[in-house]
Amino acid sequence: MKKKRLMIWVAVLAALALAALFTGGCSGRGETGSGAGDGLEPYRVGAVVDISGPSSSLGVPERNTLQMLADKVNAAGGINGHPLELTILDNKSDETEAVLAVKKLINQQKVAAVIGCSSSGPSMAMIDTVQKEQVPMVSLAAASSIVEPVEERKWVFKTAQSDLVTVNRLIGYLQEKGLTRVAFLYMNNAYGDGGKKAFFGAAEKAGMQIVAEEKFEATDKDMSPQLTRVKASGAQATIIWAIPPSASIVTKNYRDLGLAIPLLHSHGVGNQNFIDLAGGAADGVILPIGKLAVSTQVPDSDPQKKVLAAYIDEYGKKYNSPPNSFGGYAWDAFYMLVAALEKAGPDRAGIRDELEKTRGFTGVSGVFNMSPEDHNGLAEESMVLVQIRDGQWKLLD
Amino acid sequence: MDLTGQLLQLLFTGFTLGGIYALIALALVTTFNITGVLNMAQGEFLALGALLAASLCAAGASLPLAFVIAVATLALLGGLLERSAIHPARHAPGLILIIITIGLSISLRGLALLIWGTEPASLPAFSGGGPLFVMGAAVNPQSLWILGLVALAVAGLHAFFELTYAGKVFRACEINRTGARLVGINPAALSFLAFAGSGALGAAAGIFIAPVTLATYDMGFLLGVKGCVAAIIGGLNSVGGAVLGGLLLGILEAFGAGLVSSGLKDALSLLVLLGVLLGRPEGLIGAVAGRKV
Amino acid sequence: MRVLEKIRPPAGTAGCPAACLIKIYKVNSSQIDFNSVVNRSYEDMLKNAVVLTVLIFFLVLPLLIRSNYLLGILIVTGLYTIIVIGLGILMGYAGQVSFGQAAFFGLGGYTAAILSTSCSWPTPAALLAAMVLPGLVAALIGRPTLKLKELYLALATLAFGILVHILFNEGGEITGGPSGLMGIPYLSLGGLVFDRDIKFYYLVLAVVLLVSLAVHNLIQSRTGRALRAIRESEHAAEAAGMDTVLLKLQAFVFSAVLAGLAGGLYAFYVTFISPSPFSFHMSVQFVLMAVVGGLGTFWGPLLGSGLVVALGEALRWAVPLVIPGAGGEYQIIFFGIILVLVMVFRPGGLGSLFSPPVHRERPGRPGEKGVDDSVAGG
Repeated sequence: MKKKRLMIWVAVLAALALAALFTGGCSGRGETGSGAGDGLEPYRVGAVVDISGPSSSLGVPERNTLQMLADKVNAAGGINGHPLELTILDNKSDETEAVLAVKKLINQQKVAAVIGCSSSGPSMAMIDTVQKEQVPMVSLAAASSIVEPVEERKWVFKTAQSDLVTVNRLIGYLQEKGLTRVAFLYMNNAYGDGGKKAFFGAAEKAGMQIVAEEKFEATDKDMSPQLTRVKASGAQATIIWAIPPSASIVTKNYRDLGLAIPLLHSHGVGNQNFIDLAGGAADGVILPIGKLAVSTQVPDSDPQKKVLAAYIDEYGKKYNSPPNSFGGYAWDAFYMLVAALEKAGPDRAGIRDELEKTRGFTGVSGVFNMSPEDHNGLAEESMVLVQIRDGQWKLLD
Repeated sequence: MDLTGQLLQLLFTGFTLGGIYALIALALVTTFNITGVLNMAQGEFLALGALLAASLCAAGASLPLAFVIAVATLALLGGLLERSAIHPARHAPGLILIIITIGLSISLRGLALLIWGTEPASLPAFSGGGPLFVMGAAVNPQSLWILGLVALAVAGLHAFFELTYAGKVFRACEINRTGARLVGINPAALSFLAFAGSGALGAAAGIFIAPVTLATYDMGFLLGVKGCVAAIIGGLNSVGGAVLGGLLLGILEAFGAGLVSSGLKDALSLLVLLGVLLGRPEGLIGAVAGRKV
Repeated sequence: MRVLEKIRPPAGTAGCPAACLIKIYKVNSSQIDFNSVVNRSYEDMLKNAVVLTVLIFFLVLPLLIRSNYLLGILIVTGLYTIIVIGLGILMGYAGQVSFGQAAFFGLGGYTAAILSTSCSWPTPAALLAAMVLPGLVAALIGRPTLKLKELYLALATLAFGILVHILFNEGGEITGGPSGLMGIPYLSLGGLVFDRDIKFYYLVLAVVLLVSLAVHNLIQSRTGRALRAIRESEHAAEAAGMDTVLLKLQAFVFSAVLAGLAGGLYAFYVTFISPSPFSFHMSVQFVLMAVVGGLGTFWGPLLGSGLVVALGEALRWAVPLVIPGAGGEYQIIFFGIILVLVMVFRPGGLGSLFSPPVHRERPGRPGEKGVDDSVAGG
């Protein structure tokens, strides 16, 4: 018994030592990453996305897009002759996992830059690490606090439109129609909370009155009680800030209860899945959205038109489904980084400077103009208002 | 909308939610009483059943056919899991068994994610047409289907336990496992059947609720926990209590969201749970079995 | 420990108060069993040597391998270990389960975060408060809650955990709501600022060591034996004149203080806090770590939390090698399967490989034992 236990201990210690050696071996690898003139040394880039867990509907199209683009770049001979080595890690939509994953990318893979995360919480959790390690990071999440205050976010950029861009589009529409008493419903998580804060701020400035404020959990199965309160509040329009499936359920409930006032959603429902799940209930919904969903309807003069068509074509061929705006954020982050890598090589500080200098970058989500004051770089024009009619996105205006 | 209409609307919503919770609580209570295992993977059975049926429907199968296939598959899966994970550990303490079912639930969730991905799926409503209106309050016809399934399940369980020989065997086992063994009943076989049955009921419930709740790979665990809460509120050893607990929980949530605050509705139902636990641990209906030292 | 095994009464009498009383008495007397002194000193030496080796290993590890990733894993493992040690006392010794530890973890984290940001407290004071507040909350809710048994206690603590999580979400400006709080300063103790992973690693290592030593002494003490007696049979312990309610409450408060400490450290490590790491899923994870590691064993908490964290990391690396392009979904499946396997084949947890748990057999359902086929083996 005693001997057996001793043996087990020896085995465990041996295993620990082996594991340590192994990780040590890994960390030793790639330390010559700065040898830019080598021609063979790959450029290493990492991504941390929410492939599983509650935000997985965002992370999966992002992973698909990143993988597709990395293959494409390598097939075309890499960046300046260097192959691109892209490591994609899953954070399970969890903040602690995101911190560990980004540390792994920086310390083990020795990446030159990091893409991620898909949602705001994990992105926020990674900021301290990338700031300390001085590694450029491009987030794919919405919350504007990811890149603000910009003096504390020197190394952090993001490609998804900030909530305020979306909100201003919605407020513009409401004002145009003369609707001043509105009800606001939102998902009780970081996405909904971010939208609520932006909307309340902008609505106050625009002189609007919010007559009902209701929230629901991402996992709720029936939102009729909240909508009953909206119905009783005398609102002239309803704004819902959520993503599917709960966004689809609440839209179904909305129609079931016979609410006749206009229904506006956020860009969180900007994929076909929302329409499919809500069935006919989605018809009539108005929302601001990136141009990806209505690429065939934007005028030919639009600079994004070609980029959008190419992305839709490639993605559709590879994955047999149309891409959505989340994949678009990954597209933008990827090519912005590739452009920076082309100019600066795998030098972290150099990439950061190049990212900040990005001007007139035509991506899927819009035309980016970064600056030392703005690490998102998207204007309101990057979004268009659409209405869902007969299960199709139709450009308004 | 006047106040009566509003209250009525909340009540209808409460019944829809309550029916869902009652279905899970029913399966939990039945399995618990026969095997002594609180099956935390019960919610996963609903998710898998609904997702499987949705895929079959999307592939062109008719809804009844998809229903039959999904229910049969989940019954098989339930039995299989009992044989492979619960049976070998049947002598372990209750806590270990709960942890095993949590492990199963994690694995099943991963499996669902692997097969169906993250996109939610949907099933068409069983009967077409819009909502019915009663005094200005809307009733989703699917809610009636859900409540119908609850009634059917209760009636079915009652008839089985009271009227058939096999049911009496189950009850014997429930009352006294040792005694049941002594008269030649094999509790292991019953445990297998109980899990197969809860797999089937779970799949049926999943398909009935999918038109309302949609189906996602990760919806199971939370549904399981809510079913658990419902079962405890009603009393863990009573089928009637499970239904009552489920309906009560649903109504509480609906009124909590509609009258108090939508952010605090879950808090409200949890406070009721704590109240029941501390004030009447045997549940609102259940009777206490003598506790041994 | 060996002595205890020898005098263990035959299986089946475990639930009987009289047998248990005898056992408590024997455990006491084994402390002065001179016949086994030689054996014991050999075992103690071996044990101390092992502890020392492991300690030296963890002390020099960061010097050998310079990787913040490795440090990050070890820090997170260390924080979870602190929580699981507390849970181990509660479950393994006092016999009470808690599915609400993530709530205390979060209370500690939020206390430290709010006090050090909005209230500008010095960070050590905030960390202290992060231990005190969860302890107070545990003392407050413990008395009514701990009256409940097994499943009901599990559900009540789960409900408490979810309630606290809702509180974090609904806390408005104070907690930052679902978006969380950012800008938490680094922990600084008298000029030493824990702003680097390496510094934080040694801090966590020191805390884990201190807590382990404290718990080790606690288990050997009169209180430790009393707690074990409660686990065996509350009624027998009461009959022997112990204040079981107070003892259970003390164990509960202790576990909450440790979880709060880990939460405070977490806030100062990540410097950002939001409700999501403190959901009830995390509470379930903690129980899993405690049980997989082995209840009532010295090494259990470290092994349990280490395995869960390392498994997640290892699978993240290993699975894509076998199945290219695989994401978290495969990891989840493997994690679940491994968990089930450990529970089915080693219900005593991994820690039981190294030292037998305090008390191994425990009938699942009282009264069932007599006729079961397992008797032949037991």
